[in-house]
Amino acid sequence: MWKTILRRVLIMIPELIILSILVFLLAKAMPGDPFTGSINPRADPAQIHHLMEIHGLYDPWYQQYWNWVVHLFHGDLGMSYEYQEPVVDLIQQRGANTLWLALFTMVLTYGIGLPLGMYAAHHEGKLQDTLVRVYTYVTMSIPFFVVLVIGIWIFGYALNWFPTSGSVSAQASGLGGTMLSRLDHIILPGLLGALFGTVNIVQYLRSEVIDAKHSDYVRTARSKGVPMKDIYRHHIFRNSLLPIAAFAGYSITGLLGGSIFTEMVFSYPGMGLLFLNAINFRDYTVITALVLLYGFLNLLGTLLSDIVLSIVDPRVRVE
Amino acid sequence: MSLIEINDLKVHYPIRGGFWNRIVDNVKAVDGVTFNIEAGETYGLVGESGSGKSTTAKAIIGLEKATAGTVMYNGKDVTKAENRRKLDYNRDVQMIFQDSLSSLNPRKRIEDVIAEPLRNFEHLDKEEEKLRVLQLLDIVGLDADALYKYPHQFSGGQRQRIGVARAVATHPKLIIADEPVSALDLSVQAQVLNFMKKIQRQFGISYLFISHDLGVVRHMCKNIAIMTRGRIVEVGTREDIYNNPMHIYTKRLLAAIPETNVNHREAHRKHRLEIEKIYQEQQATYYDQDGMAFPLVKVSPTHSVALPPELAKKFEQQSESKGVNV
Amino acid sequence: MVETNTDQFLNIKNVSTAFKINGQYYDAVSNVNLEVKHDEILAIVGESGCGKSTLATTIMGLHDPEETKISGEIDFEGTDLLKLDEKGYNKVRGAKIGMIFQDPLSALNPLKRIEDQIQEVMVYHTKMTEKERHARVIELLNQVGIEDPDRTAHQFPHQLSGGMRQRIIIAIAIACKPDLIIADEPTTALDVTIQAQILDVLRDIQRENHAGIILITHDLGVVAETADRVAVMYAGQIVEQGTASQIFNEPKHPYTRSLLRSMPQRDNESDDLYVIQGMVPSLQKMPKQGDRFAPRIPWIPASAHETEPKMHDIGDNHLVRCTCYKDFYFPDQVKEGAGHESN
Repeated sequence: MWKTILRRVLIMIPELIILSILVFLLAKAMPGDPFTGSINPRADPAQIHHLMEIHGLYDPWYQQYWNWVVHLFHGDLGMSYEYQEPVVDLIQQRGANTLWLALFTMVLTYGIGLPLGMYAAHHEGKLQDTLVRVYTYVTMSIPFFVVLVIGIWIFGYALNWFPTSGSVSAQASGLGGTMLSRLDHIILPGLLGALFGTVNIVQYLRSEVIDAKHSDYVRTARSKGVPMKDIYRHHIFRNSLLPIAAFAGYSITGLLGGSIFTEMVFSYPGMGLLFLNAINFRDYTVITALVLLYGFLNLLGTLLSDIVLSIVDPRVRVE
Repeated sequence: MSLIEINDLKVHYPIRGGFWNRIVDNVKAVDGVTFNIEAGETYGLVGESGSGKSTTAKAIIGLEKATAGTVMYNGKDVTKAENRRKLDYNRDVQMIFQDSLSSLNPRKRIEDVIAEPLRNFEHLDKEEEKLRVLQLLDIVGLDADALYKYPHQFSGGQRQRIGVARAVATHPKLIIADEPVSALDLSVQAQVLNFMKKIQRQFGISYLFISHDLGVVRHMCKNIAIMTRGRIVEVGTREDIYNNPMHIYTKRLLAAIPETNVNHREAHRKHRLEIEKIYQEQQATYYDQDGMAFPLVKVSPTHSVALPPELAKKFEQQSESKGVNV
Repeated sequence: MVETNTDQFLNIKNVSTAFKINGQYYDAVSNVNLEVKHDEILAIVGESGCGKSTLATTIMGLHDPEETKISGEIDFEGTDLLKLDEKGYNKVRGAKIGMIFQDPLSALNPLKRIEDQIQEVMVYHTKMTEKERHARVIELLNQVGIEDPDRTAHQFPHQLSGGMRQRIIIAIAIACKPDLIIADEPTTALDVTIQAQILDVLRDIQRENHAGIILITHDLGVVAETADRVAVMYAGQIVEQGTASQIFNEPKHPYTRSLLRSMPQRDNESDDLYVIQGMVPSLQKMPKQGDRFAPRIPWIPASAHETEPKMHDIGDNHLVRCTCYKDFYFPDQVKEGAGHESN
C-alpha cells in the first residue's frame, strides 16, 4: 500500500516537470507583452524594451525556464507584473478565499445531494423521485452563469439579503466580526454553486442506489430475511456511497481551482478571478504559477481518490 | 497439407510487481500448443475456464499477440500482421462468439451487420450486396424481413444464427467458434449446431470448435484436444478421447459430465468419486514441478497424451519396437 | 414445531404469478401445483422464460407487490406464505427457506468479508453470540468443503474462485438449517468438475439436515443425476411431473420428449439433432386457452388436444398435461399404431 503511494508520488515528479515546461512555453507563446499599455499608453518603446531586459524576457526560453525553476524551489514564484506583489503572497490570499468558498460549497453540495439522491432512489418511480428528477433536469438545462446572475440580482440587489462583491466587508472588525462577514459573503455563491453541484451527485447516487437495489447481492440479503431498512443501511447505501467518497477527494482539489463564473459574478477575489485577470493582463508569472498549481492539484486529486478508493473498496486494494 | 498449423503457440502475460513495477513473472495463458486443422473438419478444443482455450483462439485469429510459436496458413506465419494482410487472412478466418448480443452492434440493422465483412473484403454494388445478404439469411433460416431489424429484436438462437451468417459471408475457410451454444437453451442449441453442420457440408468450412461442454463436442468434432493450464494434455479422435481417455485430467473431466441415464445414476456417481480419488492421489505426477503438463507422447497413431516421464518411456519403447513413427 | 419428516411440508396450490407490463398483467407462472417432501430433491426443469425461476422467487416472496400479482396458496409447514406480511416473511426467509443463486459472484456483496456475509443470516434468526456465530461459520465452511476456513472467512468474494463462491452461497443458505432449500441454477456458471462437487455438497447437506430441495435447472443431465422427482415446465405451466425414472425412461408429454431428443447423445454423434419448431411465445402473446405447446407440433391434429388441457395422472403419480401425448409422434417417425387413430 505505502509502496504504491510512494511510487505514485514519484511518478508525479516527471509529470510535473513536463507540465511545467509546457505551461512555461505556452505562456511565452501568448501574444503581447506584460508592459505595453499597462504602464502608460504613451510609454516609450525604449522604456518597455528596458523593462523587458531587466526582467530577463529576452533570454533564451530554457534560461528563463531554469531561472523560474530555481526560484520556484526557493518558494519564489516571481512578482506579479500586474499587482506588483509576490505571486506566492497573491496565491496565498486568493487561495484562502477560494478555500473557504470551496469548503462551504462542498459541505452544502454533499449535505443536500446525498440525502436527496438516496431519497429519490428509495422512492424510485414515485412522485418524490419524479420531483427530484425534475429539479435535476431543470437545473441542468439552465447555464450556470445565468443562475448566478439571476441569483445575485434577486438576493443581492433586489432583496439586499447578501453582499454582492468582495470576500469580507471593510467595516468588519475583530476576529468574530471578520469571520461572520466572510461567511456572509460566501453564503449566496456557495448556495448557488451547491445548487449546481448537487445535480451530479443526486443523479449519480440515485442511479448507484437503484442499481444496488436491484443487484443480486441485495436479493441474497433479502433471502436471508434481512429487513429492507437494514439492507439499505448495511448494503445499499454503503456500496453506493463508496465511489462518491472516492470522488470527493478529486472534487475538493477541483474546487480549489476556484470557479471563474462564481468569482466573476460576485467579484469574489479568489483563484478563478486571479487566473482570469492574469490572462487578460498577460501576467506570465501568475499564469505559469497557477496552471502549475492546477496541474499539481489535479494529479494530487487523482492520487487522493485512488487512495481513498483502495481503502474503501477491497477489489482495488493493492497488496 | 493441413488448412492451418498451430505450432508451439505461446501467449504469456507479464506480471508486474515490486517497487519499480517491473516484470517479475509471466502468466502462461497458453504455453506451447500444437495442433493442425484439416480442411472441412471440425476440431474440438475442450477445457474448463482458465485453461487457455479462448486465448488460443484469439491468438490464432490475431486478436491476441502470440509471445512465441507460429500459426502457419498457406505457408506463411500469420502471427505476423503483415502476413495476415497479404493473405487476406481476416477474410478467410472468421469468428463466432458465445454472447451474440454483445458481439453484434446494437445500433446496426441486420443488413449492415451481415454486410459488414462483405464491405471490408469484397466490393459489391448495392444490388449484389443485398442479394448476398438475403442468401446468407436464407442459409441460416431467417426471413427477408430480418434485414431491417436490430439485434435486440431477435431471440438468442436467432442472434447466434445471424452471427453464423456474418461469419460465413466472406466464404471463409475456417470459423473459430468460441462456446457458440453455451448461452442457448437446449432446443435452440440443437438448431444452431444443425446450421453449423449444414453450412460445413455446403461450403466445406473447417471449424475450431471451442467448448467446455463435452456432450456438444462429442456431437460436433472428429478430432479433439483437451486443454488445461495453458497446455494440451490429450489429443485424439472422438473414440480415443471418450472411450480410452488416458490423462488423469481427461478422465476426471469425462467422469464429471452428468449422465442422462437415470438407471445408472449410482454407478456413475461411484465411478466419478473413484476417479476423483485417483485424481487427487495421482494429480501431482501428471504435472511437472511448475505445475505444467508434460510433453505429448504418441500412444497410437491418432492418440497423444501428456503422460508423466515414467509412463511415457513405456510407450516410447513400445512404439520404437513396433517401428511406429513418433 | 411438529416433526413431519416424510410428509410433504411445502404444498403449492394453484399458484399464478403475473407481471405488470405496460399496465397489464401477464402470467409468467400459471396455476402451478407442486409439493415437496423432506429428504427429497424436486427438480423443476425448463428452458429460459418458462417460469421456473419466477416460481422460485414467488415462494421466497421476493417480488415487488406493486409490479406483480400472485394468486393461489403456498402452504409451508401450515402457514400460507402468500398471506404473510414482509415482517412475517423475513422470519421464514433465511431461517426456514434458504436460497442458492445462479451467479455466485454477483450474489455476494463485493465489499463485505465472507465471514460477515455468512454471519448476517444468523444475526437475524438466532440469538447466538458473536463467538458462537464465528464458530458456526467455520463449521459451515468445513461442511461445504472449503479447505482453509479461517483464511476464507477473512477474504472478500473477488478473492475466491467461482466454485468457492458457490460454496459460500450454499453455506449462507444452510446456516440456519432450513427445511427447504431452493437452488436456482446453482451450477450453471460453473465448470463440470466443480458442478459435480457442488451437487455432491448439496446432496450431502440435504441428507444431514433432512431438508427438501427444489432444484431449478435447464440442464437435463443435472436433473438425471440428482433429482428424485421432476416437474417439467413450459410457458408458465407444468406439463409433466413424475419420478426421475418416469420422466427419463417413459417421458410422455410431447415437450419432454422433444427436449430429450434434442440433446446431443452418444448414439447420434453425426446425425442432425432434433429441433423443436417455432419459438416459446412471449408473455404478452401467450395463448389464452388451448394447449400452449400445440403450435410447436402442428402435425398433431387439433382434435388430439384438449381445449383446456388438464393434468392427468397416468399411474404412480406420473402427471401429464393434455391428452395429446397419446397421439404424439415425431414427424420423422411412423406413428405408432397408425391406422386406428380414432382411439
